[in-house]
Amino acid sequence: MSDLHHKTISQLLRDLDNKAFSSVELTAHYLDRIERLDPAINSYITVLREPALARAAAMDVARQKGTHPPLAGIPIAHKDIICTQGVRTSAGSRMLDNFIAPYNATLVEQLNDAGVVTLGKTNMDEFAMGSSNENSYYGPVNNPWRADRVPGGSSGGSAASLAAGLCTAATGTDTGGSIRQPAAFCGITGLKPTYGRVSRWGVIAYASSLDQAGPMAQTAEDAAHLLQAMAGFDHRDSTSINQPVPDYLAQINGSIKGLKIGICTEYFDAGLDDDIRTAVMAAAKTLESMGAILSEVSLPNTQHAIPAYYVIAPAECSSNLSRYDGVRFGYRCADPESIEDLYKRSRSEGFGREVKSRIMVGTFALSAGYYEAYYRKAQQIRRLISRDFSQAFDQVDYILGPTTPSTAFKLGEKVDDQVAMYLQDIYTIAVNLAGLPAISIPAGQSQGLPIGLQLIGRHLDEGGLLKVAHNFQQASDWHAQRPDDGQ
Amino acid sequence: MPPITVTQDLVLAVAELSQLNIDGADIDGYAADMTKVLALVEQMHGVDTSDIAPMSNPTDASQQLRADEVTEPDQRERFQAIAPETDGGFYLVPRVVE
Repeated sequence: MSDLHHKTISQLLRDLDNKAFSSVELTAHYLDRIERLDPAINSYITVLREPALARAAAMDVARQKGTHPPLAGIPIAHKDIICTQGVRTSAGSRMLDNFIAPYNATLVEQLNDAGVVTLGKTNMDEFAMGSSNENSYYGPVNNPWRADRVPGGSSGGSAASLAAGLCTAATGTDTGGSIRQPAAFCGITGLKPTYGRVSRWGVIAYASSLDQAGPMAQTAEDAAHLLQAMAGFDHRDSTSINQPVPDYLAQINGSIKGLKIGICTEYFDAGLDDDIRTAVMAAAKTLESMGAILSEVSLPNTQHAIPAYYVIAPAECSSNLSRYDGVRFGYRCADPESIEDLYKRSRSEGFGREVKSRIMVGTFALSAGYYEAYYRKAQQIRRLISRDFSQAFDQVDYILGPTTPSTAFKLGEKVDDQVAMYLQDIYTIAVNLAGLPAISIPAGQSQGLPIGLQLIGRHLDEGGLLKVAHNFQQASDWHAQRPDDGQ
Repeated sequence: MPPITVTQDLVLAVAELSQLNIDGADIDGYAADMTKVLALVEQMHGVDTSDIAPMSNPTDASQQLRADEVTEPDQRERFQAIAPETDGGFYLVPRVVE
């Protein structure tokens, strides 16, 4: 029983069917590991011990009766930006430290319908603003591979929890790289779906034209299991895509022979770490040996993605976060003297520094006299970036590159340099601006730290991305590497 | 467009629009942060975007409309259960009109 946390969802489902162990035993195994190991990692904000065990018992009964849904009894974790009814949903912020979500996000309902057990809620950068998980009200998360390193962000708790064997899979959200960058830093698989593929209803909003939830898992196959449940149209999300959900698990087993994979020249610039360059090119050669056809592609407006993003995302955040006013829910300051004092002190005391900084930049960019020069300009550049991808996808089926310019950096290394932190997302951000799906998978190590490979696909081609990733994971074992926790 | 110089006054004006209080000791820090971020985003201004239509939805989709029908029941008590202060179905705030 001691190695249950190394098993993938596919393996666990077989074992549960064969009665090798029960979901209650599996869930208890994870809860015990969380209790022993998480104090040193800080990947969970809330652990749901009793509800998880009760849910696992119910799924065991359903399995015995043969009436169980596809993921019955699989213990997962949700990023704490995703509303879970009756459970604190903090978004990593003091502002929502007292917020008990009154409803489930659609994706939580979908995963519940699929039978998952929720172990708890994972740590994150406040309101998903950050690339290191150092912006959390609940403290930073340590990378399980090396305690002095960040796990990435903003879904750092989900990634670290997976790498440490504290859940079988987790949900994350990705506005500028927040699933893929922590997946790369922690050596796990993270998929950012097409904008609108997974409902945003009940996912606390940061930047609504960029936000997208997706699966984080040990393998591409496990990510397919989760996405199968999470994807689909939701009438409650007006930007949800009304298209059928394909059978991702069937798609991943296809061959990659003849697929055209473009290596993005701009993603191998001077800022890229040499070990990452070598590992990613070696991974490309592996895919070539399996029948993929490699070529070079160019995304000439790549360098403009971060400037455009840091107008669009703060602008949307300044609008979205105006709802936190101390009146209807969330933090309220003590003894307000006036309505204005109530608003201002609740917001000033409830939000952290980075959040306040982005609200102010966004407010500035939307203010009279600056809107055209900043917000409109950024939206025009967004179209140029989107066109780059369209033109590249006329030539190739997938675009390949590194997920991040470096491996996990040291805790504290970039906290005083906001722009250096922003530049961490240089290879991931354009994907959000164009609304495309992309996946990060482990493709090597440098000095004991994981390296992430990013694959970008056409709109709604999550199945194809998972297929390429699954094929790579059949030919490599980087995804199976785990940090040694001595347990 | 010339680069923006972020003065203390600009920080305070933007903070006011954002409904935030910035402590006196923190104003210079915010000014420095905003200066760096705006210098980063001002790299956009060198890009020719004439005749490029702005893109607000990444899939160029328009938002779905639904039938104008009541679909949600009244759940006032449930939603007010998490409010800081309520009375008789109302949210309480400091007195606005004397």
